[in-house]
Amino acid sequence: MSTINQPAAPSRLAVPELLVGIGLLACAGAVAWQTLAIPVSPLYSKVGPTVFPYLTMVGLVVLSLLLILAALRGGWQPEEEKETPTDWKAMGFVVIGLIANLLLIRPLGFTAASVIMFVLVCYGFGSKHTLRDALTGLILALAAYFGFARALGVNIGAGFIENQLNTVIDAIIDALGG
Amino acid sequence: METLGHLAHGFSVAFTPMNLMWCLLGTTLGTAIGVLPGLGPALTIALLLPITYQVAPEASFILFAGIYYGAMYGGSTTSILLNTPGESATIVTALEGNKMARSGRGGAALATSAIGSFVAGTIGTLGVAFLAPVVVKFALAFGPAEYFSLMVLAFITVSAVLGSSSVRGLTSLFAGFVIGMIGVDLQTGQPRFTFGSTELLDGVDVIIAAVGLFAVGETLYMASRRYAGKDEIVPLKGSLYMTAAEWGRSWKAWLRGAAIGFPIGAMPAGGAEIPTFLSYAIEKKLSKHKEEFGTVGAIEGVAGPEAANNASAAGVLVPMLTLGLPTSATAAIMLSAFQSYGINPGPLLLTTQADLVWGLIASLFIANVILVILNLPLIGLWVRLLKIPAPQLYAGILVFATVGTYGISQSPIDLVILYLLGAAGFLMRRFDFPTAPVIIGMILGPLAETQFRRAMTISNGDWSVFYTHKLSLTLLTLAFIGLAGPHIWAFIEHRRRRGPEHVPGDA
Repeated sequence: MSTINQPAAPSRLAVPELLVGIGLLACAGAVAWQTLAIPVSPLYSKVGPTVFPYLTMVGLVVLSLLLILAALRGGWQPEEEKETPTDWKAMGFVVIGLIANLLLIRPLGFTAASVIMFVLVCYGFGSKHTLRDALTGLILALAAYFGFARALGVNIGAGFIENQLNTVIDAIIDALGG
Repeated sequence: METLGHLAHGFSVAFTPMNLMWCLLGTTLGTAIGVLPGLGPALTIALLLPITYQVAPEASFILFAGIYYGAMYGGSTTSILLNTPGESATIVTALEGNKMARSGRGGAALATSAIGSFVAGTIGTLGVAFLAPVVVKFALAFGPAEYFSLMVLAFITVSAVLGSSSVRGLTSLFAGFVIGMIGVDLQTGQPRFTFGSTELLDGVDVIIAAVGLFAVGETLYMASRRYAGKDEIVPLKGSLYMTAAEWGRSWKAWLRGAAIGFPIGAMPAGGAEIPTFLSYAIEKKLSKHKEEFGTVGAIEGVAGPEAANNASAAGVLVPMLTLGLPTSATAAIMLSAFQSYGINPGPLLLTTQADLVWGLIASLFIANVILVILNLPLIGLWVRLLKIPAPQLYAGILVFATVGTYGISQSPIDLVILYLLGAAGFLMRRFDFPTAPVIIGMILGPLAETQFRRAMTISNGDWSVFYTHKLSLTLLTLAFIGLAGPHIWAFIEHRRRRGPEHVPGDA
């Protein structure tokens, strides 16, 4: 209509949001693929195990199309969020810390792997006191291991540190009890 | 009255030394994690879920309820002193509370929020005690079709009506459905969404989902936002004693906040955003000190929303305990704790698990008393927690995330799933998708599917059960109005005001 006299909102294509929408569409595709892979027994033909997966898939497709449409119209991110640059270095160190934890938890045990992750994550977040962080991480990991895991009866990977300490503690308990 | 008898029995359960200890532990832990930014009750309860293998149901639910209430108290401290709302429910508290702290009245803000939380929490808990038996009578008439429609309504309200965008909220919900469906279908034994992996046959543990989204995702997000600037802690100034004028301005706001918060929380919609914002708007309108709002901070603007927040937190327990319907991430995780004990929350819970339910409700009254003591005289202790520097805080969160995840089955695959969900959680934070609907969809989705299939089996495959049953039709209609109503309304308003024009999508 001719009543519009303010400049139209710039409807630029928002690339990050578009990627989010496309990614979600790909997820819907994966859902469809996995739904087709569900074997359906004729006994359960009325409401079998595939009805809800199909409904979910349709929902995801519609939603991802709506998100793509919104992205084509300029996206939904507030300016403030767009303008803050992402700190890739900090994120990188957190990711390296997480991966190190994943790779080392089996061979080294929970405590040692946690200390390494703790130091890397602290460094990523801008801490300069690596040695102090390592000590803090060690105390925290041991507290988590003995306070949380042993109290809750949760079995988390024991490595050399835990085994040594467990032996010492058992010896003390034996000595006190005996 | 019957309820009073039940409550008396509940207190006899809650007042055993062990259960008092669980209550004290829960409230202390809850306050601590409420104060710490980046940690919330949903994450904490998820991490503590293994305790359900160790202790009686009464003990773990008293612990969880203490954490749940405690986090509400602790969260307001952070909002007032740091201006970083730990969760959406305390955004409004930060509005006026932080202004008050900056103008040297932080003590009064903390006092009105703690006492208001106590008043509203107690009213809300009374509400749970008296409303739950009523809802149960009503719920006994529910068949599978009604349950399914009720869940559809809850899905719509928690994801589409609350929050900034219905499309993004629903996307989170559907993602939760997918995660919830991973594993063996319990009715037919068929594996679903396992991508051929045997590790996925048992499904994705709710601990991993909650920890991935709330701990790993949050840590990645905070790392990526380091340039966004930091909020500084406002030093605590001013006496914790409120003046007579401040009491006079607070008490009505507390009662109004409780009156708004509890009913909204108790509806199968849940969410603390609407009641807190509503309470804020009302207090602003009724206040005789309008000039203080947004400038030096008005005490009503803290007292009302904070009361509304706690009353609605209590209200959320009504649909949870009577219908098995969680409407917040924390309630969803508590529901999975029930499942871990083999208990099905629903209308029968109040009679079959009377000790548990009434003991839990009684412990909530005790928790409120403990919390007001923990949060006023001991406030200095919690302020110190705020000084934990971000690097060590987030690194520590990741250590506990590892404990919680790796402890489930000592499988590195679980850590891989945790990190994938963490990456998804990061993207969701970055692109403003709410995370709570994922957890709700994951827990409630399979339950909705079960009710759906039950209804269809009873009706012999006839879809009409969902709209020929009056109650079911009403619930579905409400859900539809909830989904489409705001859009139609906005469209009409828009036409009326400006005439049709191109609108950038609000998705």
